[in-house]
Amino acid sequence: MIALVGFYEAWWIQILKAIVIFAVGLQLVPIVLLAERKLLGRFQARYGPNRVGPYGALQPLADILKLLTKEQFRPTSSIGFLFAFAPLISIVTAVAAFAIIPFGNVQKIFGTPVGLYGVDVSIGPLYLFAFGAIAFYGIMLGGWASGSKYSFLGAMRGAAQLISYEVSQGLALLGVIFTAQTLSLTGIVTAQKGMWYIVPQFFGFLIFLTASFAETNRAPFDLTEADAELVGGYNTEYGGGRFASYYFAEYLNILVVSGIVTTVFLGGWLLPFGIHPPGWVDPFVVLFKMSLFTFLFIWVRATLPRLRYDQLMSFGWKILLPLATLNALVTAVLVVVTH
Amino acid sequence: MWNPDEHVIVVQRTPAPGAARSAWRTFRETLRGLMTTFGRFTEHPVTVQYPEEKTPVYPRFRGRHKLHRFDDSDPTHPSLEKCVGCSLCAAACPADCIRVVAAENTPENRVSAGERYAAVYEINLSRCIFCGYCEVACPFDAITMGHDYELSDYDRTDLIFTKEMLLAEPLERTPLRNEGE
Repeated sequence: MIALVGFYEAWWIQILKAIVIFAVGLQLVPIVLLAERKLLGRFQARYGPNRVGPYGALQPLADILKLLTKEQFRPTSSIGFLFAFAPLISIVTAVAAFAIIPFGNVQKIFGTPVGLYGVDVSIGPLYLFAFGAIAFYGIMLGGWASGSKYSFLGAMRGAAQLISYEVSQGLALLGVIFTAQTLSLTGIVTAQKGMWYIVPQFFGFLIFLTASFAETNRAPFDLTEADAELVGGYNTEYGGGRFASYYFAEYLNILVVSGIVTTVFLGGWLLPFGIHPPGWVDPFVVLFKMSLFTFLFIWVRATLPRLRYDQLMSFGWKILLPLATLNALVTAVLVVVTH
Repeated sequence: MWNPDEHVIVVQRTPAPGAARSAWRTFRETLRGLMTTFGRFTEHPVTVQYPEEKTPVYPRFRGRHKLHRFDDSDPTHPSLEKCVGCSLCAAACPADCIRVVAAENTPENRVSAGERYAAVYEINLSRCIFCGYCEVACPFDAITMGHDYELSDYDRTDLIFTKEMLLAEPLERTPLRNEGE
């Protein structure tokens, strides 16, 4: 079932790794959540949350506690099973996508070689897009099963948006895959030893980044939850723990996209100017680069207004897709010519 | 005969930019927007952290009322009240929140400087609109508006301020704006 895997570990190491990655991922989400609110505040010349704990550090904890202790309710017009199941899809796909982000190469920990990633599949980006495509069922089913017009509209927009932007996102990655000659994400990182792909694949980087904003339903492409017109979009009818799952998945998706951009375009754990730190530094390098992109996501959210729906679709199909195709074509020609 | 064409104002537009130019323009303007928000990011927040920090009020600010005594600087017994119980404040009050019951001063019990004094002086602050008419109406400057605006309470009855509460020296909870501030 599983495609070729770059490096196999013993089963107990894989279980340990899964727990560690899940735990780290779960700890990162509240940090991003708090960072978003604090930074958005700063971008608007205010403080952001600063009442719960020192500097508001316990705010996400309070938020989550509040959400989890709320009553679980659903509208009478909703479809119960799907209504409860949809947030689960969102969160499972987000966590699954987090598994392929490489935080470092294979390293010896207490004499045992361990790869600092969940799993190094030979179909790295395809795995990502597969789960990205399933994630859209989370939004789609959640919105549709709510039995509310706002949720339904949000879900429809989300579905259209996800499908149209996933194409450009994939095509933007093609250039990198051509150049690196591999689909394994660790392979792509090691292929960037000489130069990070952000330099030769700059347009691919821009296209991928733009498509990622739409893929993660972030401003300026957050049409699925356009609060001004759709109340809350696909999650209008959700509250409590189920809403928390959606919220959690959204922020985890930001982390995943930041991780993928870091891996594919910013050389993952590699440092510039031939600096080779000891192996244990690698995850921190990756986390630092990820935090840069998370900052960018928040920065853009604080800056750009929401696009209109038809603008979003025409931008995706008429501008981003041709550019991504052109980028892939030119890269393909150059790769063939130079090899 | 009215010709509508004469009244049409043709909008003058610059020629529409080409595809490349408009794409560049979008990109450039996006970057400019990002720099603008980043400029705010580097500034200090303008928030006033209210319960800890307070914006100072102007001297003319109309807050909680105060009743006054004559300043005799005699510490042994309280000096005479300025209020003579004339009820002009109650008459001037548009919200009808002041209640005054006057009584005669006697040589044994001399409360105010005039013939009569306010035996009962109550202001219902849950009705008061802080217009300051009472202050204007008072012929003896016995009632003035103070600077205190933190008046919330858990019970409506606690918002009926009696004469003793209004006469008492209020807590200085509100900073006063200095000259030129």
